[in-house]
Amino acid sequence: MWSNLQILLQAPAFGVDLAVNGVLVGAVFALVAFGMALVWGVMNVINVAQGELVMLGGYVTWLVSRLGVNPFAGLPVSMAVLFVVGWLMYRIVVFRVVDRDMFISVLATFGLGILLAQLINQVFGSDLRTASPDLGTLLFMNGIVSVGVVKLAAFVLALLVGVLLWLFIKFSRLGQAIRATAQNPRAARILGVETDHVFAFTFALNAALCGAAGSLAVMAYTIHPYIGLPYTVRSFMIVVTAGVGNLPGVVVAGLGLGVAENFAGFLLGAQFQVAFVFLLMVLVLVVRSRLLRHQRKYLE
Amino acid sequence: MRSRLAVAAVAAFGLFAATAYAATDTITLGAAVSLTGKYSINGKYTRDGYNLAVKRINDAGGLKVGDKTYKLEVKYYDDESTPARAAQLAERLVDQDGVKFVLGPYSSGLTKAMAPVTERYKVPMVEANGASRSLFTKGYKYLFAVLSTSDQYLSSAVDLMDEQVEKNGGDPSSVKIAGAFQNDPFSQDVRQGVVNEGKQYGMRMVIDDQLPPQLDDMSATLTKVKALKPDLLTVSGHAKGAILAVNQIAEMKVHADMIAMTHCDSAGIIKKYGKNAEYILCASQWDRSLAYKDDLFGSAEDFAELVEKEYGYAPPYQVAESAAAVEVYADAFERAGSLDPRKVRDALAATDTQTFYGNIDFNDQGENIAKPMVLYQVQDGEYKVVAPTKWAASKVRYPIPPWSER
Repeated sequence: MWSNLQILLQAPAFGVDLAVNGVLVGAVFALVAFGMALVWGVMNVINVAQGELVMLGGYVTWLVSRLGVNPFAGLPVSMAVLFVVGWLMYRIVVFRVVDRDMFISVLATFGLGILLAQLINQVFGSDLRTASPDLGTLLFMNGIVSVGVVKLAAFVLALLVGVLLWLFIKFSRLGQAIRATAQNPRAARILGVETDHVFAFTFALNAALCGAAGSLAVMAYTIHPYIGLPYTVRSFMIVVTAGVGNLPGVVVAGLGLGVAENFAGFLLGAQFQVAFVFLLMVLVLVVRSRLLRHQRKYLE
Repeated sequence: MRSRLAVAAVAAFGLFAATAYAATDTITLGAAVSLTGKYSINGKYTRDGYNLAVKRINDAGGLKVGDKTYKLEVKYYDDESTPARAAQLAERLVDQDGVKFVLGPYSSGLTKAMAPVTERYKVPMVEANGASRSLFTKGYKYLFAVLSTSDQYLSSAVDLMDEQVEKNGGDPSSVKIAGAFQNDPFSQDVRQGVVNEGKQYGMRMVIDDQLPPQLDDMSATLTKVKALKPDLLTVSGHAKGAILAVNQIAEMKVHADMIAMTHCDSAGIIKKYGKNAEYILCASQWDRSLAYKDDLFGSAEDFAELVEKEYGYAPPYQVAESAAAVEVYADAFERAGSLDPRKVRDALAATDTQTFYGNIDFNDQGENIAKPMVLYQVQDGEYKVVAPTKWAASKVRYPIPPWSER
């Protein structure tokens, strides 16, 4: 670990490489977390199948690329297909657990996640898939900092999708209904908002976001049927850190997590890269529950 | 009325099934393979290998054991790629289904889970896909493995590195090795082999990362490779690790004079990455160009062509070694002249034969000591056997040119 730290101190360019690549992957994390925060905030459901939706989106784009089309064309296709998948998931399963205890919705979506992962494994096998558009690599600082062009593109697209969604929620009529439902579903219902419809749309929208993230992941990285859980854990951790209603916080936490993971992998060794995410999550939960306890005391 | 008819039909069918069963004598081999879960690709290769050998043996008229002729069949269960399930299924195969001869699952971890069970019931297990050294240090008497143990996978690359450095007038003890190995019994054995072999030549291990199975990004490790500039980069993490490594080495333009990994062929790196896979060395248990032969399949090349015809793909070594495991059983049944598990076990222990897959001769621990590992290099879009140098058809391309000149 110290020798690795010395590398960073002597040649900070490697730190730049880690940071840049971390920020790029972090944007994909942030996109998934954005969707999770949306569903969590509006429906009070923690969607544990979040990562599986990402995986599904990746497979759609991969299929599109196999038709000989540029994988970037798979992005809207993934979003559209996942929108439908999300809508179906809501209509078949999720609507039954919306008003119930959160634990039940966690179990239900966990089950859905397992189902999706096994289904994909059954159909496509457990092989690693990638649909790289082969755009080459940009090298900076004597070749030490390498940035895959496709990663850069994924970063920009992730931010773009996020911003568009934010604008939609802020300014469209349906977006207003979504926000109203998030604030108080009962009052919204009384005022004529069809909350069931809003829930279905929100869940479908989240699935489409995950579809976009998966599409970017299969182009810039790799996917296989079991990548779901790390994505779910990451997005859970991002949302918990940032807070459910805090969109800029989600973006910052997402990018920060990407960077932190890369540095942890470099300094502590790859074996601790994923472990580090879990550790960070425990820390965040401890700190947050401390803070909340303080708030409660203050209220008494 | 209808239901009575149905009952009659079922009864008739049952009778038919019972007589059909009595008419052909069958030896049932039991196997738990990974049809779902993370090993499902290699699990399928394992099953294909078993099935092909069984079919071939039955088509040739079956086996003569004592004075009777038997057909072979395999009873399969899906172990879902989890060790606990594999152990359960071993118990079920032997205890409930009455299977007396077991074929191994895919991967060392699962074999490790099943071996104590078969050992307890004194039922032989011939396995083809568990290469971990630790399987052969527990004093098991009923476990036999046709493949080379996993510590030999990449130690052969260290040997090749030593050879090449010396040939170019360098000093092998100045060689720096980097390793990234997945955190599982197999890959950690591969690591041990590299570390031990490197030590013998006085080489230095400058990077020694463990990749967790969930990881799908190894750029942090590769950044370290760029910083420390090792001469030899070794990677082992099943098919997934190979794909990840080839992908990111190319994307990040990571350079080392020699790059060696495991599972390249089952990962299909040439097809997936084309030019970016060039120069990479791959450890393999077997290759179709090798000169081994047997009566059942013919030459290694004959076997490969048969697999292409039957299954429509060029066989990775997992198919070959799995087929070889069935052949070893067949050979032992005939020599034992009995279906008593203990006699078959003794016959297995005395195996000394050549198959299309290689020579098979078990030591007291049940390891096959007669077959060395092979190293391929990707050259102009094809795998060429380059090591061990004495029967390699092609010369290794060393050192790998820098990315700017490729």
